[in-house]
Amino acid sequence: MGEWIHKKARTVEEAKRALLEELGASEDEVEIEVVEEPAKGLLGLLMGREAWVKGRLLEDKGKFAARFLQDITERMGVQATVEVEERDGDYIKVNIRGRNLGVLIGRRGDTLDALQYLVNIAASRAAKDGPGIIIDAEGYRRRRERSLRKLASRLSERVKRTGRRVVLEPMTPHERRVIHLALRDDPCVETHSEGEEPYRKVVISYRRKRHH
Amino acid sequence: MKELVELLVKALVDYPDAVDIQERETDSSVIVEVRVADEDVGKVIGKGGRVVKAIRTVVKAAAPRGTKKVMVEILS
Repeated sequence: MGEWIHKKARTVEEAKRALLEELGASEDEVEIEVVEEPAKGLLGLLMGREAWVKGRLLEDKGKFAARFLQDITERMGVQATVEVEERDGDYIKVNIRGRNLGVLIGRRGDTLDALQYLVNIAASRAAKDGPGIIIDAEGYRRRRERSLRKLASRLSERVKRTGRRVVLEPMTPHERRVIHLALRDDPCVETHSEGEEPYRKVVISYRRKRHH
Repeated sequence: MKELVELLVKALVDYPDAVDIQERETDSSVIVEVRVADEDVGKVIGKGGRVVKAIRTVVKAAAPRGTKKVMVEILS
């Protein structure tokens, strides 16, 4: 995060404008606080008080997330390197590399999900606006997605064979989305979710032919 | 453990200077007590306790195996 820059002017608006000018940034790239509202003195400006604002440049969201996560892994006693891997329009992907990252992944990814949740909250508070952050470690999410897609196609075959619906185990919203997307174009089955978080489950059922 | 909790909590609140973390040990467990400004209590707990649950998950993962159980408590 940048250093705080202070500006004083006759009005808050003028002080803000001067601040943005000096930082060379637009308002959404800067955190601004009004330190003091202007006050009129008895003898006009002579005894009055100027408006006083301070502001600083906000950090890029991906950069903030990577640095914050690097600090967290160090304090967790894990040797790892954190990098922003890619930013497509929908997500910022942050990747953790290192050996023995099991501690950061946890049982079925629950530690990774907790880290991702906390980093997202912190980044949306402290950094510039941007898309959501997805944290991966040792390619865990990619492997998990692949096995979820395999699971989806295996279970959809069973639904088609038996005509009976299948209820999957509880999954995170992101994991459920993988299942929904994997079967979206299959005309013979449909998917929806049931139950309350964090126990919400995907249900795959046979798509009945519509009669008119 | 104290340093980890401090890093996480300070990133979530409006008043990081008011964050106070104390570590207390009993025979069977380590208790990390978190105090924050009144205005920040809700942010550290989160909707349905989601934020404090995530903090606990991360702290538990960081605790070496075979050591005392670590508990994180939010006090106001």
